[in-house]
Amino acid sequence: MWSNVLYIDLETGEHKIRDRSDLFDKYIGGTGVATQLLLEECPPHTDPLSPEAPIIFSIGPLTPIFPCVSKAVAMFKSPQTGELGESYAGGRLAMAMRFAGYDSIVIKGRAPKPSYLSIHDEEVKCKDATSIWNVSSIEVIGKILRDVEPGKGRRSIMRIGEAGVKGVSYANVNVDTYRHFGRLGLGAVFGSKNLKAIVISGTEEVEIPDMDAYKNMYKKLYEAVVDTEVMNKYHDLGTAANINVLNQLKGLPTKNLKQSSFENAESLSGEYFADNLLLRKIACSNCPIGCIHIAMLKTPFHKGHEFEVNHISYDYELIYSLGTNLGITLAEDVLRLIDRCERYGLDVMSTGGVLAWATEAYERDLITPPDTLGIALRWGDTDNYLKIIDRIVKMPNKFYETLAKGTAAASAEYGGEDFAINLGRLEIAGYHTGPASIVGQLVGVRHSHLDNGGYSIDQKAASQQLTEEQMVDKLIYEDYGRNINNSLIACLFARGVYSEDNIVDALASVGINKTKDELATIGREIFLAKYRFKKQEGFDLGDVKVPARFFETVSQMGNIKKETIANMIQLYREKTGV
Amino acid sequence: MPSRIKVANPNRCIGCYSCMLACSRTNADSVSLIDSAIDIRTSGGIESGLQIIVCRSCIDPPCARACPTGALTPRNGGGVVLKNELCDSCKVCADACLPRAIHFDREDMPVICIHCGTCARFCSHDVLEMIKTEVL
Repeated sequence: MWSNVLYIDLETGEHKIRDRSDLFDKYIGGTGVATQLLLEECPPHTDPLSPEAPIIFSIGPLTPIFPCVSKAVAMFKSPQTGELGESYAGGRLAMAMRFAGYDSIVIKGRAPKPSYLSIHDEEVKCKDATSIWNVSSIEVIGKILRDVEPGKGRRSIMRIGEAGVKGVSYANVNVDTYRHFGRLGLGAVFGSKNLKAIVISGTEEVEIPDMDAYKNMYKKLYEAVVDTEVMNKYHDLGTAANINVLNQLKGLPTKNLKQSSFENAESLSGEYFADNLLLRKIACSNCPIGCIHIAMLKTPFHKGHEFEVNHISYDYELIYSLGTNLGITLAEDVLRLIDRCERYGLDVMSTGGVLAWATEAYERDLITPPDTLGIALRWGDTDNYLKIIDRIVKMPNKFYETLAKGTAAASAEYGGEDFAINLGRLEIAGYHTGPASIVGQLVGVRHSHLDNGGYSIDQKAASQQLTEEQMVDKLIYEDYGRNINNSLIACLFARGVYSEDNIVDALASVGINKTKDELATIGREIFLAKYRFKKQEGFDLGDVKVPARFFETVSQMGNIKKETIANMIQLYREKTGV
Repeated sequence: MPSRIKVANPNRCIGCYSCMLACSRTNADSVSLIDSAIDIRTSGGIESGLQIIVCRSCIDPPCARACPTGALTPRNGGGVVLKNELCDSCKVCADACLPRAIHFDREDMPVICIHCGTCARFCSHDVLEMIKTEVL
């Protein structure tokens, strides 16, 4: 039961199921298998928005068998970077895929008409989505599909908003209202395939060979998750706790990284959000932590106490990218900006990066009112930022079409590359902690801070005086090792629980026997397979750019030197062979 | 003294399904949602809150009264006991239960809560509690 791959051709609406135990036996599941499927299904130099480009989803052998094994991976060719696209989402998707009986799903082709996929156990249908194709609100699309689809109560609904339909290169795919396949533009790939949504549910069961061994292991991991300190941070304030921490350390990108601390950070802090705006916390399926923080924003819209009430999920990265990075001073304004991105299905981190670059380019007259259609870009001006977000999606002129392609593309067209804060053509996560963060995002397979946690290595380096080589070694260790967590697929927030030993034991308790050494080898092989794809699509680690701004603004570890970055990349290439 | 499960704090539920997985793991030796006697579900998406559907341990259970074959009989302390071999899957019991706490597994057999308390032990948010009940 660990190896069913559902292949769907949107062109014909047909599907087939193949047993791919060849891949699952060797690469475990999750990203390990999805990477191989991507190499199989995506010929070199495929246009990411063409019918030939595949979308691949995968879960792992421990989904949802152990606590916090709650993620699904999507792999695709990114329209934003032109190379490896890899993204993770929680919500109910992983569990829904498991109980529908599919370990991976491969989608190819372009539907002749706007469509959505309806997958319930063995029933797989491509259905007409014409009447919802232009419904822009993610929330409304969910409501409509809930009424017409089976699986009520525990199904998963993925959908794209107007950003995906229009092809914004950083459009996301919304999963179950509050989670996302973010970054790298999976939403645009959906849109290019005339694919508006996927609804999935199932009633299958998982059989376990040795129930006693399994129950003991479950109890051990469950207790580690709920009864120890390992995951407290995610449970209490959530990742938003980082605002105050990074602000004090001078690691908080502010106003397009002109600064690394923000005079108004306190009013955007995790503490402020939790005390004043937090409504409740909810969980991904199979996670007893419940780190999804939902804020309530109540906005008067008319006299006579008329209020619009919105429930908005928030996290650290969102508050940085649409808050400190834009000089916003009110938490409520950050929520308004997040809400607007959510409605359209825009990746919040990239949108924030694009707005921050545009604000500085406007200050320097690289772009002018005729470009922006008369809208001024000013730090902290929420109302105008909302107008710009609308226009990034609607694309009324060439300037907004360019903004819809990200900061790397926009700065190539309008100038300002020295302050176009991207690494590997992806707008950065909210960490200006030091060299490991920069190198980590450059070398990371998907240019994400989560590929190797470079920010955390900087923090260790600050206290333990690590050498450049030691930092590189730690990055490589994480780059390889996280491929195993991401093949199970356990949430990376639970990586303190899913230690190497616990992973070996958890796999063994369900009949999958791999030693620590074997897993380390598989992790490295998955990493190298991803680099094969990246190189095939033209990515060259010998030719990456770091905008000058990264060196100008003081970081948690002081001013970062160009030579440090160059040396660390050189070491990384020598040690990994990429 | 017999015990029964009580939905003590329904609004604290985060929707993690740990209770459901615990129930099916313990009582059906499977990893599944359909084998769980407790049923957590949303109505109107995760944004609209969670429903907790579980046996309310009636002392005079309408499901048992409705059962035409004698497969369901009142349990000491509330709720019912199922005799598998007497059940013919007619499903009238399910209709008799207003909270809809009886559903059917893949073999079309009713999944009946035995009030063992496993779900409460795996609830990290104090939604569920075991309480002592009077002996009949």
